[in-house]
Amino acid sequence: MTTQVKYKSKPLDCWQWGKELRLEAYQDLIAGHEQGKLMVLGCAATPYGILAGLGDFVFLAGEPYGASIAADPPFSIPCMEAYEAKGYSRDMCGYMRNFVGSMYLDKYYFTGGPFPKFDFAWSVRHCPAGHPKWHQIVSEYQGFPMNYIDDETMLSADGDPEHRIEYVAGQYIDSIEWMEKVTGRTFDDEKAIEAMRNYFRNEALWGEVSLLNGAVPAPLDIKSMFALMPIAMLRRHEKVATQFLETLKDEMKDRIANQIAAVPTERYRMTMLTPPPWSFLKIFRYLENFGVVFVGTYVYLINSGEVKFLLDEDKVIPATVPEERPGWPQIKNREDLCRTVARWRTEHPFQSHLDTRKKEFVIIFHHWNGDAYLLLLNRGCVPMTTSMYDFQRDLQQHGIPVAMFEGNFADCRDIDETGVLDRLEAFLEGQGIQKLQGF
Amino acid sequence: MSAIEKFQEVSANRHQYAKDWKERTGGKIIGWLCTYAPVEIMYAAGMLPVRILGTHEVQDVTDRYLFPTVCPFSRDALAQGLKGRYDYLDGLTMARTCSHVQGTFDNWRNYVPTPFVYYIWFPCHIRSSRAKPCLTGEFVDFKQALEKFTGKSISQDDLDKSIELYNTNRRLMKQIYEFRKSDEPPITGGEAMEMVVASQLMDVVEHNKLLEQLLEELPNRRLERDIGLRLMMVGSEMDDIVFVRMMEELGCTVVIDEHCTGSRYFWDEVIPEEDRLAAIAGRYVERWPCPAIGGNLEDRPNRVLEHALDWNVQGVLLYQQKFCDPHEFDIPVLQKMFREHDIPTLVLEFDVTIPFGQFRTRIEAFLEMAEIEVL
Repeated sequence: MTTQVKYKSKPLDCWQWGKELRLEAYQDLIAGHEQGKLMVLGCAATPYGILAGLGDFVFLAGEPYGASIAADPPFSIPCMEAYEAKGYSRDMCGYMRNFVGSMYLDKYYFTGGPFPKFDFAWSVRHCPAGHPKWHQIVSEYQGFPMNYIDDETMLSADGDPEHRIEYVAGQYIDSIEWMEKVTGRTFDDEKAIEAMRNYFRNEALWGEVSLLNGAVPAPLDIKSMFALMPIAMLRRHEKVATQFLETLKDEMKDRIANQIAAVPTERYRMTMLTPPPWSFLKIFRYLENFGVVFVGTYVYLINSGEVKFLLDEDKVIPATVPEERPGWPQIKNREDLCRTVARWRTEHPFQSHLDTRKKEFVIIFHHWNGDAYLLLLNRGCVPMTTSMYDFQRDLQQHGIPVAMFEGNFADCRDIDETGVLDRLEAFLEGQGIQKLQGF
Repeated sequence: MSAIEKFQEVSANRHQYAKDWKERTGGKIIGWLCTYAPVEIMYAAGMLPVRILGTHEVQDVTDRYLFPTVCPFSRDALAQGLKGRYDYLDGLTMARTCSHVQGTFDNWRNYVPTPFVYYIWFPCHIRSSRAKPCLTGEFVDFKQALEKFTGKSISQDDLDKSIELYNTNRRLMKQIYEFRKSDEPPITGGEAMEMVVASQLMDVVEHNKLLEQLLEELPNRRLERDIGLRLMMVGSEMDDIVFVRMMEELGCTVVIDEHCTGSRYFWDEVIPEEDRLAAIAGRYVERWPCPAIGGNLEDRPNRVLEHALDWNVQGVLLYQQKFCDPHEFDIPVLQKMFREHDIPTLVLEFDVTIPFGQFRTRIEAFLEMAEIEVL
């Protein structure tokens, strides 16, 4: 690879708007409670648009909060230590250790002030390692009620999924009644339906935006995607997020048409499966010196967004929203809403089984025009890492080069930065990619 | 041969027992990976349900499949499949509980040839009234799949017989556990563990006969040993009988346990209902919960404490399979609870193999300290 094209590049026009929207979300987490909004704790994967049925709310998703702390080692390390001082183990979920440690220290990351007080927790058991238990620790410490939905209908279950859909829908219906009891508020079905329609729309939009990054050169790099993702992750239920994501999509199309690159020296495209090591995001900027651009990560394609994998055709396309899918009913009331959410969750790629997921990894890799995968053996999250070696082997059997490194996505003490960079440089050298000169 | 010797023999020669059973009955054998798998339905299908356990040996076959932060038990269990030690299995099943053993199951399905493989989706929100109907539906599907595989329909009568046999099994083991309340328990913790492990490997009819024999033997049985500190073992999967024997030689007796090769496995019975599968589903939803079943931080400790007090426990060994988040969540809660009841605790973390010498030293120190506190 001796020749190097240098593409045009410029910042996103909607970047400033994105920053403002993101800031608003964080400010709401700080001031929302004082403005009379309900303060609710949950998981990033919780379909929290349903909460709009109770009125205005602020939703603190545990994982992004844990990730935000993880990206700031001087704040993160005392949180980790506070958590461990309570007798909990160092090998548990990295996000959780940052989150709960921050609570024990009574320090809220976004202000440095006291940790928020929640009205209730509404969790989902999408992570078998125990998100409900995480939230139960918080609820018992602060003394607020909690409920959770077991909606992990995925994996290799045999039999008729209808039992699971009924079960999940039933839990949503029950939890709405429970929320009315613990808040003393009446649930407004219409408001919840509207917010969930936004939620579905915005997930599909984020998926579509992510798919546009298959263009060469990539209009967005992964680090910019992480910066904009809080809009897709924390404001999924709002119309303003739809407006922003539509604008972003249009701008990406424009950049594609005009060959405007996120990384002007792009010559080697890498993809990931997992979140990044949050304390070590400089890895992406550093590798730009080699002409490497990271174009996406599978986890946020299907966690903050939704796409449709056509497994038989080896294709991935943007997802449609449930009410526009053939055979899906219009949502008219609470029961329709809960059943739609349950069915939507069951069919969402977030729930894909291991073997399906392997196919999806290959499909998205080719869609993104990838040259190699970077896999993180994540000591901070068991479910993400359990079968990573199996994934590695499968990708390699498909002729995809794979670089791997071990570390922790949320604990800066548990990653060897120099060692990782050495390993990646050696991998790139093996791929014929040297550090760029003169750019 | 005494009943306990027979349990020891089956436990030590589990594969031979299973192969012999197959030869003499002509039946099929189904392996299971987690105690939420409904043995009643498997047995009603004419199959021998056999729990897949590890061997606590150093192995190098699972690292290609499972990341080393997957729990040791799950890796050890997969190793047995990859090494072909369960090559006599006709089927494999598990019920959804935790992602570690899920990894074992998924890799077994893909890399260990097994004719029938079935994953039962278990509703983990056990406090929800929606869980039992859901699980009943899952069991209907599982029963049909077994019928298709074995070519034999499972009648109400088959289910009734199986439910009764397993309920009897549970009742008999509980009666034996009652003997352990005595000031001079006639059975050690290691022996009790072998009894429960054997229950997960043997034909329930044969195991029940041995339990009845043991119940006749126990009133006249005297252990030629000092009882020492009355200990409870609380934790995740545990079938390391060599470790338990070593511990009991240091001046203690395990008088009660709470883990899935102990009381947590067998404590709760199926309460009969017109719909037999609903009755079985009810048992699994309401049984003594595993910490991996979401959001039950208080259900489990309350039951653990009740047993600790009933069995007059003087110290508790809290242990976990390394990297088991659900148990790691519970340990500080359990420590606090026991501290409030002046019951000392020791925490140990288990890997596929354990540092015997280090553990021995720690246990000795714990027993010395606990005896000072107790006396």
